[in-house]
Amino acid sequence: MHPAYSVILFTTMSGAGYGLLTWLAYSVLVSEVVPLRPWPGVFAFGLALALISAGLLSSTLHLGRPERAWRAFSQWRSSWLSREGVLAVACYPVAGLFALLWVINPASPWFGLLAFVTAALAMATVYCTGMIYASLPTIRAWTSPQVVPVYMVLALFTGGILAGGLSAVLTGRVPAGLAIVELALLAAAFVLKSAYWNAVSAGTPIATAGSATGLASMGRVRPLDPPHSRPNYIMREMGYDIARKHADKLRDLMQIALFAVPAACFVLALVAPGSWVIAPLLVAAVSAGIGVLVERWLFFAEAEHVVMVFYGKDAV
Amino acid sequence: MTTLPATTGKKLGLVIDLDTCVGCHACATSCKEWNTGGYSAPLSDQDPYGADPHGAWLNRVHSYEVGEGAASRTVHFPRSCLHCETPACVTVCPTGASYKRASDGIVLVNPDTCIGCKLCSWACPYGAREYDYWHGVMKKCTLCVDRIYNTELAEEDRVPACVRACPTNSRHFGDLGDPTSAVSQLVAARDGYDLMPEMGYKPVNKYLPPREKRDSTTAVPTHRAAEPTKTNGEAGTVSARFFSWVDDVLSAQRS
Repeated sequence: MHPAYSVILFTTMSGAGYGLLTWLAYSVLVSEVVPLRPWPGVFAFGLALALISAGLLSSTLHLGRPERAWRAFSQWRSSWLSREGVLAVACYPVAGLFALLWVINPASPWFGLLAFVTAALAMATVYCTGMIYASLPTIRAWTSPQVVPVYMVLALFTGGILAGGLSAVLTGRVPAGLAIVELALLAAAFVLKSAYWNAVSAGTPIATAGSATGLASMGRVRPLDPPHSRPNYIMREMGYDIARKHADKLRDLMQIALFAVPAACFVLALVAPGSWVIAPLLVAAVSAGIGVLVERWLFFAEAEHVVMVFYGKDAV
Repeated sequence: MTTLPATTGKKLGLVIDLDTCVGCHACATSCKEWNTGGYSAPLSDQDPYGADPHGAWLNRVHSYEVGEGAASRTVHFPRSCLHCETPACVTVCPTGASYKRASDGIVLVNPDTCIGCKLCSWACPYGAREYDYWHGVMKKCTLCVDRIYNTELAEEDRVPACVRACPTNSRHFGDLGDPTSAVSQLVAARDGYDLMPEMGYKPVNKYLPPREKRDSTTAVPTHRAAEPTKTNGEAGTVSARFFSWVDDVLSAQRS
């Protein structure tokens, strides 16, 4: 599949933003990560909502008709993309009220409930993002059961780095609870991603050139004359295969940037003295950011679409 | 609405005969011609006179080689929207621009509400939907919805443009939901089949398989046509008799 940069940026930025909102709810409901004071709240909610908004705006860039994007809120009955849009918009006012109470009245009886609903909407939005891909039967890799959990775990993980970074800047320490949860999320992401790659390489094809043309009983089907002289939209969009050449190297780079470096950083953050804790968090944020971008790029670029059996693939 | 109708009154679709298709692309070019001026207008092209010409077409004709050696066959394979009964391209649409008509089962895109997110083309295993890079919306076969009900056209023209253009009568249009229709009977008689049935989209369009290949290497003629008889001047015009005489004279001289 063609990796659209606008969609890669959207899922990375919005994922981190929704993850950060969830960590802000965690600060209220479980244990304080970002200090429950007005200014830290302004910074944290500002960062989360800016990332979400920038991501959503970026996602409209890949539309042919961005000015009609509002129409995407109508088909939530059947479409995961529509559900994602509805939840993304629904999240704003709830997160806004949550932020308002954080700044002016954290003692309000509604504060905890708003925190919970914000986190639920944020994670539900990320769930829908994953389901957009997981619901396509035409792309075998994406039908793997790990797709949706990977989106959710990476959103929480990258949001957690931002929450930890804010905590390091504002309080000079990273809560041990956050570091431990982050390490657990990393382990989960590593296990899920490995299982995803195993499932993709071990799976059986969903269709063959023979079943696509119905000519299997006559022998092997291979192209003789192409239907068009230059690649058409189908080949440009679904036939992207540059990534496979460097897939192994990029997977290694992704695992170092997304798993190894941040893991080392969180261990360092637990033992770093005083304000030195900011350094490993900064490194983790940059490294994980690169790691998620590579992960998303591979997610698209490595995925094979079944339509390519019409264009010379024996089986997909 | 992107939720699918429980049933459709008719199941309009195409039956494509792979036995007689000669791969002339007349269906594809007449489709492009009709639809770039009709419901799907425009069907834009990019770099049409340059090094990388491509554009939105609703019908594509592949030519495949099937089988090995002397037994191999060339099969021409037109590919367009199959107007599936359970098309995921419709249900994934976030705007309702994609829909399946309850009255006749035709799958359409409303070009005025499509946002060009391309998700429907990802959901289609048949590559039936092509994005129009200039118009910014998705394009697909409309089964010539602007022809088949068009009483301004002569009755014989109220079929999809591809069917009208096919010089070998390899494309048939009709109601595949009606077992007594000509197309349904054709499918029954020729063992018509679905493409990629394992995807579960339940295509309405059917393909007819190429017939058994006759082994021409061992063929023995069972009937000889009679040799043409010479008129030899007994009949015909003056000039015909003259040239017949010239033929005789020259033939005699050579031998």
